[in-house]
Amino acid sequence: MTDLAATDPLPKPRRDLAPILLPIALALVMIPLVGSPSTWLTLTAASLAMGMMIFIMASGLTLVFGLMDVLNFGHGAFIAVGAYIATLVFAPFVASVQADSLWVNLAVLAPAALLSMAVSGALGLVVERVLILPVYGQHLKQILMTTGGLIVAEQTLYALWGPQIIPMPLPTSLRGSFILGDVAIARYRVLAMLIGLAVFIAIQLVLNRTKLGLLIRAGVENREMVEALGYRIRRLFLGVFMTGSALAGLGGVMWALYREQVHASMSDELTVLIFVVVIIGGLGSIGGCFIGAILVAMVANYGGFLVPKLALVSNILLMVAVLMWRPRGLYAVTSR
Amino acid sequence: MMILSGDPPKSRVLTLILVVIILALAATPFLFPGAKALNVAAKICVFAALVASYDLLLGYTGSVSFAHTMFYGIGSYAIAIALYGMGPNWAAVATGIVVGLPLAALLALAIGLFSLRVAAIFFAMITLAVASAFQVLASQLSWLTGGEDGRSFQLPELLRPGTVLISKNLFGFEINGRILTFYLVFAISALMILALLRVVNSPFGRVLQAIRENRFRAEALGFRTVFHLTYANCIAALVAASAGILNALWLRYAGPDTSLSFSIMLDILLMVVIGGMGTIYGAIIGATIFILAQNYLQSLMGVASKAASEAGLPLLPGLLHPDRWLLWLGLLFIASVYFFPTGVVGRLRHGRADKSAGASH
Repeated sequence: MTDLAATDPLPKPRRDLAPILLPIALALVMIPLVGSPSTWLTLTAASLAMGMMIFIMASGLTLVFGLMDVLNFGHGAFIAVGAYIATLVFAPFVASVQADSLWVNLAVLAPAALLSMAVSGALGLVVERVLILPVYGQHLKQILMTTGGLIVAEQTLYALWGPQIIPMPLPTSLRGSFILGDVAIARYRVLAMLIGLAVFIAIQLVLNRTKLGLLIRAGVENREMVEALGYRIRRLFLGVFMTGSALAGLGGVMWALYREQVHASMSDELTVLIFVVVIIGGLGSIGGCFIGAILVAMVANYGGFLVPKLALVSNILLMVAVLMWRPRGLYAVTSR
Repeated sequence: MMILSGDPPKSRVLTLILVVIILALAATPFLFPGAKALNVAAKICVFAALVASYDLLLGYTGSVSFAHTMFYGIGSYAIAIALYGMGPNWAAVATGIVVGLPLAALLALAIGLFSLRVAAIFFAMITLAVASAFQVLASQLSWLTGGEDGRSFQLPELLRPGTVLISKNLFGFEINGRILTFYLVFAISALMILALLRVVNSPFGRVLQAIRENRFRAEALGFRTVFHLTYANCIAALVAASAGILNALWLRYAGPDTSLSFSIMLDILLMVVIGGMGTIYGAIIGATIFILAQNYLQSLMGVASKAASEAGLPLLPGLLHPDRWLLWLGLLFIASVYFFPTGVVGRLRHGRADKSAGASH
């Protein structure tokens, strides 16, 4: 122990850079393996875009777990609901979606995304009050309750929209690619990257620079103490849960546009994907979730290009490798 | 008492229901003629054993696994691939069993050692991820598994429907290979459930319950909890794989939809929770209710849906459509987790306990 004088600043926690270097190193290693630099750039851009979308969907899950110690197995339902709500907005404005003008397209896209977020967030309110409130602190029941919620939500989507796949065409101005020399980067991926980065920066700013974020981080560390200081932690929980659900809804819209289709089974598939991401990142860590999402997307894209057969199990291999290295994920949240 | 390992149903109503279910299952070939009734009965047997093995994990150790269908699928595929590749003979059946069961146990061991060290939530997530990867693998390796189509195969001579063992003019019933297969399924499922009762009532089972109640305390008392949990996971996987073998033998088919899909996993969860976690008997009740509902509730809902659409009600026809029966069971599932987490069995036992408590006052 070193002695600290009262005037000395508090010792800063050591920055853990290894996880941040991991995706960068992975990308660099891939340059000789992929061969042509232009293909590599395209693949890297694709991974970043896909990773940002996965991050938007997974961030809510990890945030909710970190603050509330609740693992929501029904998180995928919010994603699917978001996507379905967007199809509702798109349907009456087909002409605007097909118009060849970025601003006209965005005039439909933005309200659709906002409405999806609002509906998912409102659904989050209902789910938190009805399903999760009675079982705070009981992991087994939480898993069962939220899995039940997933079944009901998915079946309700089937009942309302039918079992068929709904096409969700990308707005005209977002089709095609930017061509820089011999590198082609799809326009929609650039948009996805921008939105993903904006969400990540916004979350980081709120968590690290505002009083609200201070309370949330304090709640993660020690719930009772925050309550003892007179803050209503339950209300904070609810706010975080609704934000997480709304982000899942936004992610759902983006994923639906990426795949250009909507189906209720997307909630199952994406649940598995975001679980892998959240485990890799370390349950409860936003930074870890971000890196985990990009790693998963990189392995999917590079792996799919180099060894297509391997892509099927690449997520699991990645997860096993990361957990061998750090058994609690890239950034372990200490209080859990 | 011996055969039930000193753990009787402990409720008169429950005993009665169980006796009725078991007698009805045993007598199905004679009481309810027709292929559908026999199929439903065989499915109830297989699922009762499968759900009981899941109950060992969920009800007795308190860990949620989403990989149970994976083990079930390993059993199904092992026997199907063996019989498909080697032709319909008993050597193939033996090969399927000898390959399938150890494979399931080894995989369970690996998953257990890897993920049971940490919290229950971690185990749930890891199993979900591994199971989904396995499902993708099974549908992609089509040279081995037949892909989405699965593998159909023929049974050995003795178990085929065409084989008449006892002709009709002896008892008035024809005993053929199909009925023999049914009794094989029935007997092995019953044996597995009795064996699981034995396991949960052994000292080992007590330790599992101690871990469920308070893992740290169990560890402090000197039990190596990881070892116990992993062991339980392996036993559950073995029983699940055996149930998979029985299911494949009965259906003469193994494919992703009948043995691997995520929806079967959800079905198992529903059955164990509705029947009653941590009771083993709950598995029989849960499987019976669920599979009867699956097979007969749907036609009822079809009628209701039609009536609703003829009455011109909005939304209701869609909600009552026969394909949406899982919606209603999902609601029932949430309600039962919330209002009676001990399920039907716990409810029946509890009611009795309350009454006897009232009588003693």
